[in-house]
Amino acid sequence: MTKPESEWTWKELPVGNVILEPGNASQYRTGDWKTHKPVLNKELCVHCGLCYIFCPDMTYNLDAEGYFIADLYYCKGCGICAKECPTGAISMEEEEK
Amino acid sequence: MGKRVGMEVSIAAAEAVKQANVDVISAYPITPQTHIVEHLSELVANGELDGEFFCVESEHSALSVCVGSEAVGARSFTCTSAQGLALLSEITFIASGLRLPILMILANRTLSAPLSIWNDHSDAMMIRDCGWIQFFLENGQEVYDHVFIGYRVGEDRDVLFPVIINMDGFILSHVIEPIELIEQEKVDQFLPPYQPLYRLHPDRPVTMGAFALPSIFAETKKAQEVAIRSSMSKILEVWKEFGDLTGRYYHPIETYKAEDADTLLVTMGSFGETASVAVDMMREQGRSVGLVKIRLWRPFPFEDFKKATLNAKQLVVIDRAVSVGGPGGPVASEVKSALYGVEGHPVVYDFVAGISGRDVAPSDFIKMVDKAEIEIEEGSKEGYEIYGVRE
Repeated sequence: MTKPESEWTWKELPVGNVILEPGNASQYRTGDWKTHKPVLNKELCVHCGLCYIFCPDMTYNLDAEGYFIADLYYCKGCGICAKECPTGAISMEEEEK
Repeated sequence: MGKRVGMEVSIAAAEAVKQANVDVISAYPITPQTHIVEHLSELVANGELDGEFFCVESEHSALSVCVGSEAVGARSFTCTSAQGLALLSEITFIASGLRLPILMILANRTLSAPLSIWNDHSDAMMIRDCGWIQFFLENGQEVYDHVFIGYRVGEDRDVLFPVIINMDGFILSHVIEPIELIEQEKVDQFLPPYQPLYRLHPDRPVTMGAFALPSIFAETKKAQEVAIRSSMSKILEVWKEFGDLTGRYYHPIETYKAEDADTLLVTMGSFGETASVAVDMMREQGRSVGLVKIRLWRPFPFEDFKKATLNAKQLVVIDRAVSVGGPGGPVASEVKSALYGVEGHPVVYDFVAGISGRDVAPSDFIKMVDKAEIEIEEGSKEGYEIYGVRE
């Protein structure tokens, strides 16, 4: 969508609420579901990418320095990355304390 | 003028589906809808109807197939009754939410329990609020005609709603009536091929049936509600055009000897024809009785209904379904809503009659009018009873 759905009026909706713009699910913010967020300790990270592989929401992306970083816009805070990390480099911390 | 033939109403309905050049038929047999599906199956098997016939394992699948086929732009048809309707009811809301102009004939039948295969309107009332345009028709000719009218209205770009044709099971579905068939050229002229606004096609991908968060759901329902209410003007336009083509003009509310009547019977579906005989009999006795028939159930024609009934002293509404634990029959409930707040509106007396196919003869209509008139004369402001129940 060209704008957040909370700003659409009923008159603007396509008939049958058909979605005409492909790929707009990427705008759906699932990141606000979480209570805990992954925090990376770069000193322990071995760049294996298991967090990237296991993340069910594909939130991990490789940054310029070679670290996999979770995009908190999508991360639901499930903790699978922290569980799978072989060196314990990822810890789950409360998002708001 | 088209050829006039004696034909079972179910067969006439199936012939209309053929003449409407339907692309996809998906249905599961259930009494009393069976003859429609059987005949369509034959028409496809014999190559007389160039469409796909989907043999599905349930009614739920039958309408689901129609949703899919309509979404790719194929004119689709299904029909069912009672328990079958209950099973596919989930999909009725989806078809209207997606604004897919499927046509469905309901050969109205009683919902169990107790198990009954006979006619009443309990099945149709179950899905009253499913967002389809809903007609209640009085005879075979109306059913035949409304297959074309239904597609023409539903597929209109200003409408895009699925359409239900209600016809009383057995009373209409299994009766042989004279039907005036419309020449194919006229049908083709009236009903051009379906041109969908959006459809599933690889060249132009769209998503249908996505979810909606609470932040936008109310907007989607308002859009649907405004659209079905505004479809009224298109329905009137299409009926007018159909009348000009065939000489048969239809209206949301039909009246019979109603203009000067003190008492009006209000009916829906095949009751209308029997009730008109009762009106004639009472008129012969000098009684001031007329008839109002509701043909369009959704969108409900509030203004037309008020106009047709406001000069009467009392309305005797004949319902064919019970709203168990509710305000009476569903039609009477709607009628009261239509009249609410109108100064000096007629008293509404409600009878539930003919449920599960029990015969309602002209003499029964007269008895109901008698009882309502006496009670209102004695001061009753309303009334409700299930008629003819043994005490």
